[in-house]
Amino acid sequence: MREVVAETGRARTIVLEVRGWPGHVAGQHLDLRLTAEDGYQAQRSYSIASAPEDEVIALTVERIDDGEVSPFLVDEVRAGDELEVRGPVGGYFTWRVRDGGPLLLLAGGSGVVPLMAMLRHRAARNSTVDTRLLVSARSAVDLLYRGELRSLADGRGLALHETLTREQPVGWTGFARRMDAEMLMEVGPPALARPRVFVCGPTAFVERGADLLVGLGHAPAAIRAERFGPTGG
Amino acid sequence: MAHITRGFKGRPRREADASSIPPGQYVVSDFPVLSAGPTPRTALDAWTFAIDGAVDTPASWSWQELLALPQETFTVDVHCVTKWTKLDTTWTGVSVDALLDGLETEADFVTAWSDGGYTTNLPLEDLTGGRAWVVHRFGGEPLEPEHGGPARLLVPHLYLWKSAKWVRGLTLTLEDEPGFWEAAGYHNRGDPWREQRYWND
Repeated sequence: MREVVAETGRARTIVLEVRGWPGHVAGQHLDLRLTAEDGYQAQRSYSIASAPEDEVIALTVERIDDGEVSPFLVDEVRAGDELEVRGPVGGYFTWRVRDGGPLLLLAGGSGVVPLMAMLRHRAARNSTVDTRLLVSARSAVDLLYRGELRSLADGRGLALHETLTREQPVGWTGFARRMDAEMLMEVGPPALARPRVFVCGPTAFVERGADLLVGLGHAPAAIRAERFGPTGG
Repeated sequence: MAHITRGFKGRPRREADASSIPPGQYVVSDFPVLSAGPTPRTALDAWTFAIDGAVDTPASWSWQELLALPQETFTVDVHCVTKWTKLDTTWTGVSVDALLDGLETEADFVTAWSDGGYTTNLPLEDLTGGRAWVVHRFGGEPLEPEHGGPARLLVPHLYLWKSAKWVRGLTLTLEDEPGFWEAAGYHNRGDPWREQRYWND
């Protein structure tokens, strides 16, 4: 583990140097295996947050309060530690610049992590493909990568939209409700533009997003989903 | 001995746990939903289940015809390749043995196919001998679309991606034809007890 970076009060990015890492495609994840002193093992999957172009692997982990693994990763691990990883895993929820766009990315909470890998890859390749990201979170303190997303959204074809569903800070100009059809129409692009859609987050968010998009005329086959269960952790 | 992770303790362990769940799995009490795309929603009056491909006589059932077949209610553990295991899940459905009864085939393999385009492949043998069902009720209630309703395949001795949600048919094939996840990096057979998750396991 090369370093750890605090992202929010509940989330942290772990930066790893992985010996023999074969490279990955944005959207993929890896498996971590943790072994306690008595030999007990736990395995979990985490989406890779870093672009394939990076030399290090970044994972952003959000603490689930009664989780078995995430509290350890967020509170305990430190630079210099070693973790067993396996990967990359996942051959469907992936995007390469050469796959083209336009891109519509919908992120619920920590679902933004694999989409961030796609955006970092897009930036590393200097792509200006029409990309729209809608991030949904409960409150402003839960938004991940805010500064970086703002700077990526500065010209160059990326439009950033945020919705805070529970509380909004004073002066908030983003959306302030759960994702709905009207919001998605405003975010665009329309179904006519045939965007590649990636939806990631808790199951309820993904179900809702996918259903709304199908209702707006997007082809089901154009919508790729990755659901983070509210389970384990 | 595996590399020990500094500072990791894990949950308090009970003796019983380790042997009753496959390696690398952890037990959950909820029922996670994972799928690659939107949830298909098919009306029951448009729904059919087919057995076709390398069979002498293809067969098909409407929803009512499926419900009129002998039903079984049974309780099994299910194991997802993403590491979660759910114990003691209760399902109601028709045994695949009953659906295959009377059909002549030389096929050794099956592709299960679903609304929304999902496919998964299995050896025919894995679907017989009381090890597979087409189920339509979970926990005594009609199976919800998120979990594969109106009906899904259930093959509990393999990872749950083989239990095709929204199943509409089984195509018998002479050759093994990798399905959706099998062609996307996952193992061809998916035995959780041998931890066959990915293509290079």
